[in-house]
Amino acid sequence: MKPGISLVDLVLLFTLTSLLAVGGVTAALPDIHRQVVDVHGWMTSAEFAELFAIAQAAPGPNVIIATLIGWKVAGFWGALAATVALCLPSSVLAYTMSRVSMRHEKKKWNVAIKSGLAPITIGLITASGALLTKAAVQSWASAVVVLVTLALSLTTKVNPIWLLVCGGLCGVFGLVG
Amino acid sequence: MSVGPSASSVSRTELFLGFFEIGVLGFGGVLPWARRILVEKRGWLTDAELTELLSMGQMLPGPNVTNVSIMLGARYHGPIGSVIAVCGLMSAPFVIVLALATLHDRYLDVAAIRGPIRGVGAVAAGLVLSTALKLAMALPKRWWVAVLAALTFGAVAVWSVPLVFVLLALAPVAVFIAWRSAP
Repeated sequence: MKPGISLVDLVLLFTLTSLLAVGGVTAALPDIHRQVVDVHGWMTSAEFAELFAIAQAAPGPNVIIATLIGWKVAGFWGALAATVALCLPSSVLAYTMSRVSMRHEKKKWNVAIKSGLAPITIGLITASGALLTKAAVQSWASAVVVLVTLALSLTTKVNPIWLLVCGGLCGVFGLVG
Repeated sequence: MSVGPSASSVSRTELFLGFFEIGVLGFGGVLPWARRILVEKRGWLTDAELTELLSMGQMLPGPNVTNVSIMLGARYHGPIGSVIAVCGLMSAPFVIVLALATLHDRYLDVAAIRGPIRGVGAVAAGLVLSTALKLAMALPKRWWVAVLAALTFGAVAVWSVPLVFVLLALAPVAVFIAWRSAP
């Protein structure tokens, strides 16, 4: 493994992904897999799946998979470089757009864009919740967990961290899936 | 109709800490925490304002909540604010994930954490659905809003249309209708 070359490839890959991943990293995942496993041969498919599992165990936005890939390929600096590469380009774009939007806050086109997109955003979030549910529900027990979480979250002020802990415990005791 | 807090009311430290909370607690997904911390706990945004930022974030590449942190950070403290917010969001996950990876290499078996991950995943799914519903309550009660939300949901969750096509098809229509409906 030649760390110098890999680092450059890492940064290039994630910079590109950053700019193409509309709607988030999850959509870009199959392509990242292809690049990392098939094109660059940095790891096997099984190793990728392992990294993905660890990424799921950690908190944070989905970019964290880049941190792990970077770490696997080039240690700590790889992790940092990959994370920055994935976040920076899209962040610069987001910053620019937010300045534009703030400057024209009261304009009719701006208001129309925001109110027009709002229902689409809600639709997308609901859809992602549905897809997450589909992926998570492997048994009646996991379905119950989803429903109970939904009910408690809507009707009580319980801190979600407790719900997550309970979910994790259910999993530890083999009650889920 | 509530007004958002003014820029001067959020210090750089608070900005960092607020997003740090979202990041460190975000097991299974950050969106529910983003809403809980930004809207419920700290009152930096209303549900409607969060939806606005998420909408912009959705149209742009990059992870949505990260985009929200950039935009909100910019609103309070310009470019530095964006950096502070994103660093706040990412620091805990970065450290935690590398710690987990190191532990995994030396001690743990991935199979051992599969159970808890699945449990957490189920809870996370419920939390996302709950967040969606709470944000939905802040939507204006118009027929076209409901139809658009339903169409989007159907396209993605039921008919598996790729996101890019959904946005390309529905976004212009939505903006046009919103423009026509505006007073």
